Amino acid sequence: MKYLNDTTVMKRMKSRLTMNKVWKTIFLLATLLALLTLVILLVRIVSQGAAHLSLDFFNNFGSRFPEKAGIKAALIGSIYLMLIIAPVSMILGIGTAIYLEEYAKKNKFTDFIRMNISNLAGVPSIVFGLLGLTIFVRMLYLGKSLLAAGFTMSLLILPVIIVASQEAIRAVPKDQREASYGMGATKWQTIVRVVLPAAIPGILTGSILALSRAVGETAPLVVLGIPVILQFLPDGLLSQFTTLPLQLYDWAKRPQEEFQYVAAAGIIVLMVLLVIMNSIAIFIRNKFSKRY
Amino acid sequence: MVELKNKMTNNENHINKSSSQFAGETNNATDKNSVFLTKNFNLWYGDHHALKDINLDIKENEVTAIIGPSGCGKSTYIKALNRMVELVPIVKTNGEINYRGRNILDSSYEVEELRTRVGMVFQKPNPFPKSIYDNIAYGPRIHGIKNKKILDEIVEKSLRGAAIWDEVKDRLNQNAYGLSGGQQQRICIARCLAIEPDVILMDEPTSALDPISTLKVEELVQELKDNYSIIIVTHNMQQAARISDKTAFFLNGEVVEFDNTDKIFSTPRDQRTEDYISGRFG
Repeated sequence: MKYLNDTTVMKRMKSRLTMNKVWKTIFLLATLLALLTLVILLVRIVSQGAAHLSLDFFNNFGSRFPEKAGIKAALIGSIYLMLIIAPVSMILGIGTAIYLEEYAKKNKFTDFIRMNISNLAGVPSIVFGLLGLTIFVRMLYLGKSLLAAGFTMSLLILPVIIVASQEAIRAVPKDQREASYGMGATKWQTIVRVVLPAAIPGILTGSILALSRAVGETAPLVVLGIPVILQFLPDGLLSQFTTLPLQLYDWAKRPQEEFQYVAAAGIIVLMVLLVIMNSIAIFIRNKFSKRY
Repeated sequence: MVELKNKMTNNENHINKSSSQFAGETNNATDKNSVFLTKNFNLWYGDHHALKDINLDIKENEVTAIIGPSGCGKSTYIKALNRMVELVPIVKTNGEINYRGRNILDSSYEVEELRTRVGMVFQKPNPFPKSIYDNIAYGPRIHGIKNKKILDEIVEKSLRGAAIWDEVKDRLNQNAYGLSGGQQQRICIARCLAIEPDVILMDEPTSALDPISTLKVEELVQELKDNYSIIIVTHNMQQAARISDKTAFFLNGEVVEFDNTDKIFSTPRDQRTEDYISGRFG
């Protein structure tokens, strides 16, 4: 007795194929909707802000007059902030990931730590702002400085970097480590010569994406009390500063309509910065990734 | 330098001691020295008693094959010989494994030193995603050799030793992953030769290879035994019969029989050995 004869198969064939098409269309629509929103947003911002983009816009500080308002302090501030966050968060984050994956023994305590790091990645950024305010601004007397904000933002993205680096390190095949140990290499030599070179694309991709999150972040800076408009550039680690998202927030909430165009121009600058960073991440991933 | 010399004379003393100790015990008395002398060795993975009271005397410049059905502990045993088995965190051991007269299970025996003398070739070819040259030079480099001329020499010597020099000499800077599986495995053997080991452990080195590559590796093993002691785990009994001088048959974590290969395959003492080699189980 055959269960799957021609009639049973053909009876269901049509509805199976229809279902296949229906789901394909649903997924396509979901993608298109997301793309459409993005396109509308981009078109609106570019059409509003492009006219305001000029050399003066990059050379001027903030101002009460929209035609004189520029982004210099905010752009430089954001870049300086990044220069602090990148080394602090990457050294701590990658170091932690290496320790947890390569050195730490597997027991309940380290499992607990691992789980909590993943949880920390989901903590709202404003909570990190409050933490930074308490520890760096008040307890360590760093004030509303580049350093205080840099440390706070580093803490914010640290869990993301740790988790991404752990994944990258874990993805290095076991037989690669065995090959190295089998020739009498120490753990350190194996990490430096085998594990890290293979994991570096994943680590850098994760780190750069985390960094771009930090660059676009506003809430913790508001809590720290970072000023939105400054008429000077930061001149040291303890100097005051402002950042692009803060400056944008200030422009966008002003009543004069012209400031909306200034804000749009600022958004273009911020987006270009983020696109550059993400492109670097993609470039690194493609250039250095190795197949096993 | 002086330290090294002392160490070497120490080792020699140990060698003499161990060989004299065992001259009386083995029937097929040879004047060959022991490389690995295992006494009452036990190993547990957690609660699982994987190796039970292993006693084996493995001689130098011989090919010793370890055969047995899956899960009999043969891979575990070979990995105990360079303490690779310690990478599994729940492993416990007792007993003795003496390498050239020194117990490698002693906490004072640095595992890095042991693995420099006891190289390993793995089941699946595992070259690094680096150039062929860098793969071979990896071992010498981690032991501190930086001189380009010396490295060049080691690379050529090792690749020749692994009978793959002619195939790769024009593309030493290409990624080792571009090679075929059989070539990769011989690169791994060359990489192992580059640390100039005393013993080479091979954990089913041909199980992932096609018949022709397998043949090449087998021929290579025959050539290598003049200068190295080789311990090879294999699933393939014909392979054991073809290439080894001694064969140990493992079953359920115990050594059932250990003798000259021709003896094992012609007139085994134990019924279980005969059942296994005649294909009645396993």
